[in-house]
Amino acid sequence: MLLTIRSLTKTFPGTKALDGVDFDLAAGEVHALLGENGAGKSTLIKCLTGAYERDEGLITLEGETISPRSTSEAQELGIGTVYQEVNLLPNLTVAQNLTFGNEPLRFGMVDRRAQLRQAEAMLEGYRLDIDVSRDLSAYSVAIRQIIAIARAVALSGKVLILDEPTASLDAREVETLFAVVRGLRDKGLGIVFVSHFLDQVFDLTDRVTVLRNGQKVITERTADLDRVQLIEHMLGRALKDDVVGHAKAHQAGREWPELLKFEGFGRRGHIAPFDLSVGEGEVLGLAGLLGSGRTESAELMFGLAAAHSGAARDAKGTLDLSSPRKAIAAGFGFAPEERKEDGIIADLSVRENIALAMQARRGWMRPIPRAEQQRLAEDYIEKLDIRTSGPEQPIGDLSGGNQQKVVLARWLAMNPRFLILDEPTRGIDVGAHAEILRLIRQVTAEGMSILVISSELDELIAVADRVIVVRDRRHVAELTGSEITTDTIVHAIAAPDRDTTEVLA
Amino acid sequence: MNPRLYPLAATIAIFLLAWVICVMQFPYMLSTRVVGNLLTDNAYLGIVAVGMTVVILSGGIDLSVGSVIAFSGVFIAVMLRDTGLHPILVFALLLVIATGFGAAMGWLIHALAMPPFIVTLAGMFLARGAAYMLTIDSVPIDHAFYDLLDDAYYLMPGKGRLTLIGLVMLLTVSVGMIVAHRTRFGASVFALGGGEATARLMGVKVGRTTVMIYAFSGLMAGLSGIVFSVYTSSGYPLATVGTELTAIAAVVIGGTLLTGGAGFVFGTLIGVLTMGLIQTYIVFDGSLSSWWTKIIIGLLLLAFILLQKGLLRVTMARVGA
Repeated sequence: MLLTIRSLTKTFPGTKALDGVDFDLAAGEVHALLGENGAGKSTLIKCLTGAYERDEGLITLEGETISPRSTSEAQELGIGTVYQEVNLLPNLTVAQNLTFGNEPLRFGMVDRRAQLRQAEAMLEGYRLDIDVSRDLSAYSVAIRQIIAIARAVALSGKVLILDEPTASLDAREVETLFAVVRGLRDKGLGIVFVSHFLDQVFDLTDRVTVLRNGQKVITERTADLDRVQLIEHMLGRALKDDVVGHAKAHQAGREWPELLKFEGFGRRGHIAPFDLSVGEGEVLGLAGLLGSGRTESAELMFGLAAAHSGAARDAKGTLDLSSPRKAIAAGFGFAPEERKEDGIIADLSVRENIALAMQARRGWMRPIPRAEQQRLAEDYIEKLDIRTSGPEQPIGDLSGGNQQKVVLARWLAMNPRFLILDEPTRGIDVGAHAEILRLIRQVTAEGMSILVISSELDELIAVADRVIVVRDRRHVAELTGSEITTDTIVHAIAAPDRDTTEVLA
Repeated sequence: MNPRLYPLAATIAIFLLAWVICVMQFPYMLSTRVVGNLLTDNAYLGIVAVGMTVVILSGGIDLSVGSVIAFSGVFIAVMLRDTGLHPILVFALLLVIATGFGAAMGWLIHALAMPPFIVTLAGMFLARGAAYMLTIDSVPIDHAFYDLLDDAYYLMPGKGRLTLIGLVMLLTVSVGMIVAHRTRFGASVFALGGGEATARLMGVKVGRTTVMIYAFSGLMAGLSGIVFSVYTSSGYPLATVGTELTAIAAVVIGGTLLTGGAGFVFGTLIGVLTMGLIQTYIVFDGSLSSWWTKIIIGLLLLAFILLQKGLLRVTMARVGA
């Protein structure tokens, strides 16, 4: 084995990002690393590239134990990484990018001609016909990606990590890139390939390792797996009663009075036009793999991205959802997936975080009285059982589950009619998980409609009255009542592309 | 032509066009005397603008340089008045102080992750205050060595004088061009201007580079202070107020992107000379208010910012296509 990882563990406050993960990489293989958001892929890669220091475990490269402490140290050891976009400088020439840090010098000055020659030599064998003296920004993302690979291989040359390299490439560009990757594999490099495009995984890789919730689920030869199995491994299928409580008693044929209706709602490049009706007090689930268009659907409904087509209506008429402000005015709420980045303001107190959206709706001219805020905060701290030293504690000090409850409290205080929750249980512990699901059931019983986006199938099965399956940026299936099972969802997600086109034709 | 050269080409074209217009109206402006004066009068600005170019290329800003020039003048004048040190020794001492001052600001910017705007703003007040501490009056410099420096010039054909300080400015620009465009340090500066996170991933030693950038700017401000003291034969704590902004204007008119990552030291020289040319034209005309200089510089600045925005959009559109 070229690279061996044994029982790698990395803990962050509140979560165990990696829990005893094993991983092997042979020379001359492409090894896919799969998992949903928060599964531990990026933590594993960051431990390899020196961005994080591991807590426990062993990493050996060609039999020697290594613990890189910086990207450049990992590079010197032989581990090079190509990230989705941020690893080259568009304002420098191709040659400068390729030779950066190793520029040929003459009399202490950069020897321009030797630099061009060196760059051209580095690009040999990559079948690129480009002028290395031009700015990098003159070339497409695909070419930049190949240049980044060329630089990483020249600097490192043993292990190459490709972190979602194809996310912004079109089909032909992907093929060009894959030809390059296969060439490098045949030269004996070990390549780790991270992607959420399953077609590409089956097309390119020799083996697959799936991570889920910080643990390794399987390592398997790609040829021995099919799509359904792979998705099951990624999303998990065994119902855990202790986590989700009892699965929702599905009332077959139950009708909800219609609250909202989206017709032909869509945005080019984000999500194909979809129809969706939302019942009053109904819990809708949105299932699909990472990047399938789940979050894009939610962002469109909340006005974070403007719809190119279609309209939304309620009983009174058409709704204007062109911005989050207008969506809030229409009685919508949205708790985003990236809680730390989009959901909370870490330095503000629990009270301030709860009062935030409500204040935004009233406008800054009419501040919410302090006493009112206080009452609100204390009310929700008790109702949602938020573990905090008091309303004035900065929210950043709370654990993930309690932060999530504060975000929920913020929206519940607004009493929206339609609340969108994107991955509401991401990164929180088991106990808080169950409480949040209980809370969802409680508020819908009072008449609020909720859309839950989740990668955890058990979670959707437990709370959703209806599940919409999203694949390749389309809503491809709608499951209700007893149809909602792990099997049906997994099959709807896994159905190969040609079926979709038939259905839609 | 490489699109990155467009702003530089535009700068040179505007400069030549402006000159042609000037010469058509006042043929004498073609003489070497005017050229010589242009270089002499703008020597201190050209030198400090070289340092500013490097700072702006890295995505930073240095607001302290005007004050540092004033401090330098006062420091030299007071040292020559009160001690028996030879000017060369005083110059060396001053350059060490100015470089150290810049390095300290660079270190603060990196270590405390503070915006350069704030740190150098503090530096601006600090240096100006230090100048007042030394004296509140204008101190004349009366030294045989200064007379020597003042009289050192090369007589160009046409009786134009290429003075020592003009020559120092041209040399500084050449050194600046090599530093920015032909060294690993220069490559790191451009990398920082392109994006700090990426630069770090590519192996730039961010801390060291930041310290060096502001130290270089401090050194240039000190050198500019020496040249200014030779030019005015005095030190005055109220001198060169706002010079940092003039220098920034020269850098931007010279085609350097204010957000960093793209630009040319040579363009800065042209930017300085363009501003000097406008001033000269107003002097030749005699009836125009000198405020017209500011108005035209303002318009030029606006034009260049629009040009850069336009170029950015063109580049984006082409990559997207």
